[in-house]
Amino acid sequence: MEIWNRHFECMEHDELRRVQSDRLRETVERVYFNVPYYRHKMQEAGIGPEHIQSIEDIVKLPFTTKNDLRDTYPFGMFAVPMSEIVRLHASSGTTGKSTVVGYTRNDISTWSEVMARTLTSAGADRNDFIQIAYGYGLFTGGLGLHYGGEKIGASVIPVSGGNTNRQLQLMHDFGTTVLACTPSYALHLAEAIEESDIDINELRLKTGVFGAEPWTENMRREIEQKLKIKAIDIYGLSEVIGPGVAFECMEQNGLHISEDHFYPEIIDPETLQVLPEGSFGELVFTTITKEGLPLIRYRTRDLTRLSYKKCNCGRTLVRMDKCLGRSDDMLIIRGVNLFPSQIESVLLEMSEIKPHYLIIVDRVNNLDTLELQVEVDEEFFQDKISQLQSLRGQLQENLESAIGLGIKVTLVEPKTIERSEGKAQRVFDKRKF
Amino acid sequence: MIIQQLSVFLENKSGRLTEVLEVLGRENIRITALSVADTTEFGILRIIVSDPEKAKRLLKEQMFTVNITEVISVMAPDEAKYYAKVLRILSDIEISVEYTYAFSIGKKSVIVLRCSNNEKAIEALKAHEMELLKASDLYSI
Repeated sequence: MEIWNRHFECMEHDELRRVQSDRLRETVERVYFNVPYYRHKMQEAGIGPEHIQSIEDIVKLPFTTKNDLRDTYPFGMFAVPMSEIVRLHASSGTTGKSTVVGYTRNDISTWSEVMARTLTSAGADRNDFIQIAYGYGLFTGGLGLHYGGEKIGASVIPVSGGNTNRQLQLMHDFGTTVLACTPSYALHLAEAIEESDIDINELRLKTGVFGAEPWTENMRREIEQKLKIKAIDIYGLSEVIGPGVAFECMEQNGLHISEDHFYPEIIDPETLQVLPEGSFGELVFTTITKEGLPLIRYRTRDLTRLSYKKCNCGRTLVRMDKCLGRSDDMLIIRGVNLFPSQIESVLLEMSEIKPHYLIIVDRVNNLDTLELQVEVDEEFFQDKISQLQSLRGQLQENLESAIGLGIKVTLVEPKTIERSEGKAQRVFDKRKF
Repeated sequence: MIIQQLSVFLENKSGRLTEVLEVLGRENIRITALSVADTTEFGILRIIVSDPEKAKRLLKEQMFTVNITEVISVMAPDEAKYYAKVLRILSDIEISVEYTYAFSIGKKSVIVLRCSNNEKAIEALKAHEMELLKASDLYSI
């Protein structure tokens, strides 16, 4: 398999640390002198550029959050004059005021570079036809993929999101080989193909690059089966650059982070301490090459873990797991951090369908108790008591080893757990503090 | 000779069984046989009814978890030795009985069995001239 930038993607650990150290020093200097907001934050923390000598010193720096970006809306944290900014993107602002990101010409080039790595890693090259069904516009998805596709020399089809019939027609008539969109839209397209006159075998699709929303391994299998492609997960967020921050390779075993541009840390969202390799926690990024909007220790709220083990694909870039939820959902049980998504992933591993469940936390005699109620639905239901009991026991065992906490598993009837429109309420914390 | 039995998952809470029976009662479903297996937390209700598909649909509409399971049924005199004989025939050819329950009418008892291999069990019981019941026999009792 091809690697776009072997020099950086396969760099030895020590050399990469030197590159990161140099780039961090430059970035900190730039934000300190060019962004008053950062300077004040650093001064409050008693930190100056002279304190940052190597990448290990990063822990001395204060964190940045989405609120900081909102407080300085729209351009308050840009580190260059507006005359240097050649592009603006903005988030939809579903959780408050939108956040605005600005790119210099070099930033656009960096973005194209990391997207070229992403597409190459997914097996694409100049001979491919890439159909970009991510939205174009203020959202970074469409244009991010677009520039990466052009950079590797592929034939880019900038169809943007929506208009399913047109998507299918182009896919068929142009001979699309790579599909880029959200995983849920990929499933929607797959179903539309099944209902159409198009025979899936007439299509030339071989790969999909999917991201911008959380998706499960089951969804991946379904997409791969229905579209007869390899489904590659990509990760990014507009604040950091957009898509291209991290990407899977053909191993499909974690997402490589372009850490020569975006330095990742995993922290405990409660204590804000950096956690050792392999620990599950909140992902934090420092952009070490960006000019327009450099971010220092930006808290993504996304939960994952990192692995520095060398990947079979040959890349040395650190890998992150598929994101499993948001740090805002964290529970502390008997002093142990617990994310509902950890429980969900165990449930998903054990059954092909997504079960309904409810996590109940209570405090009895000053001790936290944890209970998981799982609905017994038809797929799950066995006529034999012993089978149900062993299933319950197995579930409890798998959960306890995954979360490191004792948990009581109770099987309940389907109507016990309330159905809600939209986002389901999965946690019921009865503790009073 | 295979009989469709409804299995319903029930939490161990008072009133649950009543609800199941009320749902079926409203549509005049007849119940030929009923048994409950329970643990401290949950139970499984097993019933043989006059219209299993309809009963399943009715219960599903009320959000119960229902499966149809296949069982077999034997009619024999209501003496223990006949029940024992049925079980012996099956164990001799290494068919295990997952569960069984029975009820009597007059001097006869109707035995319901869920076996590890229902087809083989039917063959063996027939070979020993046991009286196997069809679904229609059961519903008309």
